[in-house]
Amino acid sequence: MKALIKELVEAFGPSGYEEQVAELIRAKAQAVADDIRTDNLGNLIVLKKGTGGGKRVMISAHMDEIGLIVSYIDKKGFARFNPVGGLPISTMTGARVRFANGTVGVIYNEKDGWAGPGSLADCYIDTGATCPEDSPVQIGDVACINRPMEELGPRLTSKAMDDRIGCAVALQALLELPASPNDVYFVFSVQEEVGCRGAMVAAFGIEPDVAVAVDVTSWGDTPQAKPMAIELGKGPAIKVKDGGMLAHSGVKRWMVASAEAAGVPYQLEVLIGGTTDAYTIQTARAGVPTGCLSVPTRYVHSPSEVVDYNDVLNATRLMVQMLANPISW
Amino acid sequence: MLLKTLSEARGVSGNEAAIREILLPAVEPFIDEHRVDALGNLICLRKARRERVAGGSERVLVAAHMDEIGLIITDINSDGSLRYAKVGGIDDRTLLSKQVLVGEKAVPGVIGFRPIHLIGRGGLEKKADISQTVVDIGASSKESAARLVQVGDYVTFRTGFEVLAEDGLRCAKGKAFDDRVGCAVLVEALQGDYAFDLYAVFTTQEEVGLRGARVAGYRINPDIAIALEGTVCDDLPKEKDADVTPVTQLGHGPAVSYRDSSVICDKNLVRLITETAAAEGIPWQYRRSAVGGTDAGALHLVREGVRAAVISVPCRYIHAPVSMVSLNDFDNAVRLVKAVLTHLEGGLEA
Ligand SMILES: [Zn+2]
Ligand SMILES: [Zn+2]
Repeated sequence: MKALIKELVEAFGPSGYEEQVAELIRAKAQAVADDIRTDNLGNLIVLKKGTGGGKRVMISAHMDEIGLIVSYIDKKGFARFNPVGGLPISTMTGARVRFANGTVGVIYNEKDGWAGPGSLADCYIDTGATCPEDSPVQIGDVACINRPMEELGPRLTSKAMDDRIGCAVALQALLELPASPNDVYFVFSVQEEVGCRGAMVAAFGIEPDVAVAVDVTSWGDTPQAKPMAIELGKGPAIKVKDGGMLAHSGVKRWMVASAEAAGVPYQLEVLIGGTTDAYTIQTARAGVPTGCLSVPTRYVHSPSEVVDYNDVLNATRLMVQMLANPISW
Repeated sequence: MLLKTLSEARGVSGNEAAIREILLPAVEPFIDEHRVDALGNLICLRKARRERVAGGSERVLVAAHMDEIGLIITDINSDGSLRYAKVGGIDDRTLLSKQVLVGEKAVPGVIGFRPIHLIGRGGLEKKADISQTVVDIGASSKESAARLVQVGDYVTFRTGFEVLAEDGLRCAKGKAFDDRVGCAVLVEALQGDYAFDLYAVFTTQEEVGLRGARVAGYRINPDIAIALEGTVCDDLPKEKDADVTPVTQLGHGPAVSYRDSSVICDKNLVRLITETAAAEGIPWQYRRSAVGGTDAGALHLVREGVRAAVISVPCRYIHAPVSMVSLNDFDNAVRLVKAVLTHLEGGLEA
């Protein structure tokens, strides 16, 4: 599964510009899907039909990653930019970014280190251009962080574990899923990082009986981490609550029972801030019982997010177990 | 001039009836149907005037919001002065020493501020404390004030519309250009013949959370949505020769958004808009900022999602008692919106 993860996390896909990720997933899902479509906002919706009598399930993993968008090319050719999603200023100095057309740029922050971290207005992208006419990028062009995936012993690091690791789990579960009674809609969603927008409209269209988002969550196992009972390597996390939603208690029970049936280690997750696609799915139409399966991830929204490979494998096993059997709680 | 009438009319969020009453007769000759929904949106349908192109759009929604920022009366003090709260995003400093009109009867008043003589040795504060200010209608008791106004009355700024220059950028000043300028553009756009059903929606409550557009979009379920706006324009130099991003510049044409805080605009629709502008020789500029929300934010999320974009007329000093537009930008926005609607006949690339 590492090769799949590598391909997904290295792909280009800031919010609103997820096409390259969608193409990758479409190519791999084609062989097993009963239907694949792209909706008005760019969500890739892959249906794996059931044998009948089961539930209509929506799984949502977001394809988009945080990034930036060029707002202005100044007289010396430096590209000024706005963030796309929660782009932390602390990680900007020296970061390398890549545009859809392959152009690479270096970010520098001239205020960093003197009187605090400055603001994004102090940052610019150096693309090597010396005037606006030379600039290989234009206003409105988007970029993401440019880094390859690396292995750190049992762990993996990349710029976009959030949430390509969720895409990898959902896609792998789709590929491994045996015949089941459930109609499963795997949604590879857009624009999560700017307000869970893709999942909102996908849920309206699918009108699921039950939904589960797959996303990264925070961590509590580094020297001065905020207290949180989540550690890397202790298994995927079953969400109880986060900053935007309270998991449906029945869905949570179903997830826990599935983990126990499959012999998959798991952790219960209470996340203080942040949320996932589950937040907007839960209130679609007349409401959807919704939960979230999380992959514990360190350094979320930095250029080097870290996950444990075993957690990823276990998250996949858990998802297959959840979907392969009649669903009840 | 419709823009003058609209600018001087009074319609704070939640109280847009007066704007509807101006717009309806203005559009009536060009529309086939209209309705006012539960939130007060004025929804106008101009049916296709030409044959639909295979694969082309069926329903296109173009929205402009009728509401403006303003104030609402929250209490009448025993001395006859009026306490107030802001409706929509307003910088407190812009409220000081302004003339206003209160309630249905348009009772004149002022938001007075302490004269310079009474400012202590501490000097001028950087940020004004508006909690100490009131709307003063000259009443000398609670009873006499209550004969003229009541709690819940809306307050608008008393700003006349005026064309300041007939040449050059043809600048005009007035209030509520955000978004009466969009309303006026939409009235003009309704006068074209298109190959799809055009829903012109004059929305309510944009300034308090894109509320009208959300329900109007749900009802219409369009293929494509375009919001017309008055937007931020910060082209006056802050520092000499500062080389920083202006959001928009007056006179550089209508502004096309690639995104704002409420929406990432559909890329193919943005491309259609900018290519149309280039093909027709209409000046245009990008709106170079990611902040601020528009009706497109609500419209693109209705039902199964709608492909959406925003076209704006730059407004200097927006969200204040007085702002300024270039009538050249206004005229070019009208040309651009009509041309875009014509080019949309063949549908939009997936
Ligand atoms: Zn995420
Ligand atoms: Zn507006």
